[in-house]
Amino acid sequence: MSENEKSFTIESYLEYIRNKKLMGSRCKECGATYVPVRKLCTECNTANMEWVEMSGKGKLAAFTSITVGTPYFVEKGYDRKNPYCFSVIELEEGPMVSGQLVGVNESEPDTIKIGTPLKATFLETDIKGETKVDLGFEPL
Amino acid sequence: MGKLARKVAMVGAGMCKFGRNFPEKRNPDMWIDAWLDAVDKTDNGIEPKDIDACYVGNYSSDLFNHQGHLGPQMANLVGLTPKPAARFEGACASSGIALRQAVLAIASGVHDVVAVAGVECMTEQPTVNVTDVLATASDSLFEYPAGATFPGLYGTLASAHFKKYGTTAEDLMRVGIKNHENGAENPYAQMQQSIKDLMDSKRAKYEKQGRDIPEWEDEFDFLKSSSNPIIAYPLRLFDCSLITDGAACIFLTAEDVARDFTDEPIWIAGTGQGSAALSLHDRDSLTSFIATREASKQAYEMAGIKPRDVQIAEVHDCFTIAEILAMEDLGFYEKGKAVDAIKEGESKLDGALPINTSGGLKSKGHPVGATGAAQAVEIFKQMRGIAERNRQVKFDVETALTHNLGGSGGTCVVTVYQK
Ligand SMILES: [Zn+2]
Repeated sequence: MSENEKSFTIESYLEYIRNKKLMGSRCKECGATYVPVRKLCTECNTANMEWVEMSGKGKLAAFTSITVGTPYFVEKGYDRKNPYCFSVIELEEGPMVSGQLVGVNESEPDTIKIGTPLKATFLETDIKGETKVDLGFEPL
Repeated sequence: MGKLARKVAMVGAGMCKFGRNFPEKRNPDMWIDAWLDAVDKTDNGIEPKDIDACYVGNYSSDLFNHQGHLGPQMANLVGLTPKPAARFEGACASSGIALRQAVLAIASGVHDVVAVAGVECMTEQPTVNVTDVLATASDSLFEYPAGATFPGLYGTLASAHFKKYGTTAEDLMRVGIKNHENGAENPYAQMQQSIKDLMDSKRAKYEKQGRDIPEWEDEFDFLKSSSNPIIAYPLRLFDCSLITDGAACIFLTAEDVARDFTDEPIWIAGTGQGSAALSLHDRDSLTSFIATREASKQAYEMAGIKPRDVQIAEVHDCFTIAEILAMEDLGFYEKGKAVDAIKEGESKLDGALPINTSGGLKSKGHPVGATGAAQAVEIFKQMRGIAERNRQVKFDVETALTHNLGGSGGTCVVTVYQK
């Protein structure tokens, strides 16, 4: 299916992530960009979108290092001695997204700096014979 | 923005003792305790025949207790069958919403008297499940797969506040120390201990076990130690509110009938509610809650007051950083300046603007769906001058405010009370 036939749904966005592509929708009327994807532009109240691929580059807007994680991250092997970072990233195209921050010292969170330039990375996890792909970010 | 079509009064308010009450007390048991306490605090008494409807705030009895449909259940337990009864959900703001909807229903003329309930029984589940149920109040599609927990989301907001305004871990600790001091004076609180009390009991425990007794210089030293581990940087254990079972009950009436119940009605002078995207990444700011700004603007306008007119406030300190954000977003202090006021002791019981005299969610406890109603209970007591032990403020409270936040700021209800 070509890009412009793909419906502007959560599942389409997640399918792109599974294929290691960070895609958003851009409003053909006003140019507003949405990541994760949205079909309805809430800037101009129209539903006339096109898919656009993000560069994956951005900077760290805020983060935390979590020692008591979600069941999913506990299953990934994280715990008190091996914490992980949840982060909010401001993409260079403007929108903010959430992702795991990797390639940093999670046990020394004072060393992690807001504003650090980052790039997208697609994190694979094998759980019960199934490979999951999640959006993550790492320092450029 | 609207005015209420007729005035609404709070004529009685009460709650059960908050704590890890399950299985000795479940939602129905705690609700009856709260009801009896509120009846007791209604000067001329109140009976089921006086009440037109029951509005129940509850976040997630479905997932915590495998029980939905709480409205008619709670109404029946206090003799309100077959009157209208319904449950309202907005995460941790659930009973703030129930209270607001009751105000609107009375102002509309449909009802004269409404019983507002807040109930939540969390400890029926092990902590790991509780955390997972709470996480459903954040964005399940994009934040959860990235690892977000509730402390994690507030830790993320704290990191942004630290960066932008130079806020520090010590600033957060001051909020916790103050709220524990207040909670120690509240017989309904889950944790009736100051941080100093906690340090003493830890020392006693270590001594009894024959271990080296820790030498903490002061509360900050203790709060920076391994006794207070990081949960979600920069938040530590004592930056987080508690897992709690509890219930609260508020009686609201139309002006026309308020004096049937009391000579000292407390008026709902203003009510406001705001919303925001569930995901932090879809917000306008990572250092301010738009839902709080919106809800408070509406409530101040309706009441015809300014933030500086508020004399005491119960704010939603689900995490210490949340109390700081609330003090700023409610307009009590400029952005980045609340921490200076906290340092000066302004938010303490004897300060210029006492905040969370009840002990807050941090020390009184946070049975999520009951919290909004329980905040109103504390305001009722402070305005009537009946707060227990040594936590009654030393001045006459004419204007007070509650701030009830849902999730990571997706919902906010602000209520202004006047005598
Ligand atoms: Zn548009």
